Amino acid sequence: MLLKRLIVCLDVRNGRVTKGVKFKGNVDVGDPVEMAAQYCADGADELVFYDITASAEHRCCDLDMVARAARALSVPFTVGGGIRGVDDMRAALLAGADKVSLNSLAVEHPEILTTGAKAFGRQCVVLGMDAKRVPKTTQIPSGYEVVIRGGRQPTGRDALAWAKEAVDRGAGEICLNAIDTDGVREGYELPITQLVSTAVPVPVIASGGAGHPTHLVDVLTKGQADAALIASMVHTMGFTCGGIKQALRDAGIPMR
Amino acid sequence: MITILDYGAGNLTSVRLAFERLGVTPQIITDAAAYQGGRILFPGVGSAASGMDGICNRGFDRLLRDAVAQHGPVMGICLGMQLLLTSSEEDGGVQGLNLIPGACTHFDRQKDPTAKIPHMGWNTLQHQAHPILYNVPQDSAFYFVHSYFVTPANPTDVLGTTEYCGERFAAVIGHGSLIATQFHPERSGEAGAKLLENFLTWEGVCS
Repeated sequence: MLLKRLIVCLDVRNGRVTKGVKFKGNVDVGDPVEMAAQYCADGADELVFYDITASAEHRCCDLDMVARAARALSVPFTVGGGIRGVDDMRAALLAGADKVSLNSLAVEHPEILTTGAKAFGRQCVVLGMDAKRVPKTTQIPSGYEVVIRGGRQPTGRDALAWAKEAVDRGAGEICLNAIDTDGVREGYELPITQLVSTAVPVPVIASGGAGHPTHLVDVLTKGQADAALIASMVHTMGFTCGGIKQALRDAGIPMR
Repeated sequence: MITILDYGAGNLTSVRLAFERLGVTPQIITDAAAYQGGRILFPGVGSAASGMDGICNRGFDRLLRDAVAQHGPVMGICLGMQLLLTSSEEDGGVQGLNLIPGACTHFDRQKDPTAKIPHMGWNTLQHQAHPILYNVPQDSAFYFVHSYFVTPANPTDVLGTTEYCGERFAAVIGHGSLIATQFHPERSGEAGAKLLENFLTWEGVCS
């Protein structure tokens, strides 16, 4: 039986893990690889590293960190942030990453999804998408707009339509982050998660809003997500991967 | 000694590092002439056609045939498993190495419209006793990433199965000194490490 996945996200700023609230204000919580190894030992099924300062500094994600992570981790991990094209994707994969997450770049240059999928296989092309609640319009019928540049820049595009297009172009997985709930810790944004997850034929990772194991139960059942991404729950709120997974198992969700 | 075949299909970093975590430093070769003996690890991520081209261009097809003929332990992973069979329907049809009779086919979403393809994530393995699966508990979870699956012609070549998309497919196969997994042991936590460790001590004999 295919199991649901618990994925831990580490936002890396200048080589350190930080946790922000709605992309504003960040607190230092530790060394990314040391933390990731600990989460891996505690049962995390997958890890994601976002180099959140790479884009602004016009550089690829920290490849030394990727190489260190590859050495330390025995479960898959994704890297994102600062990927400028197929050469950066190749560098990240060669350094040992299993998947590369593309966000703003994919919106502005969607052909990268196709190029990346052809070069490395669609299984390593993850579409990272930030979606924001907006009034439903003919242009944005789902009521969720794609935003880029860390949530600062609206695109005028419908999140559901973009998810479908990205998969047609080559994305093998979607990490769907809800801007409105991100960092708020009161639960995932279930409606858009369910909309996207049932509309695309690739796995969907729900992100943004986890503050309690029941939030993961909700997004993996009602939200129909294939995986749930968490950050501050384990970084700063005192939950453990093992404890969260046990709570999910107790709720009848199949976990490793 | 363990030798990893580099034929340009996917990166070998994670396989190499998984063995290094077990305290073993694999030799990575890009040409059959560089082979110095020992067990062979045949990895692979990518498409069947380009993978097969890469294997033949480097003389790895003969190397694998010779190793199997001499009962040397060989382990295939993912694409490295699929190419051991007779044929694959990927890329419009590709002739495989035919070291294990059988075929490789695409998952059929009509059998389960809710199943997502690729089959990506952790899934459970039900398996028979075999030295390579020693001390791996039933229903252990392993990490899979694939859209095609293999069906050996001889059911006794199937050592372990997993359920997905309306199929109970072969997740571990073996024939003589040849063993192969559809999942990625190098990315499967402790269970995967156990399997790789078992491979390091297996002499390719199955009684």
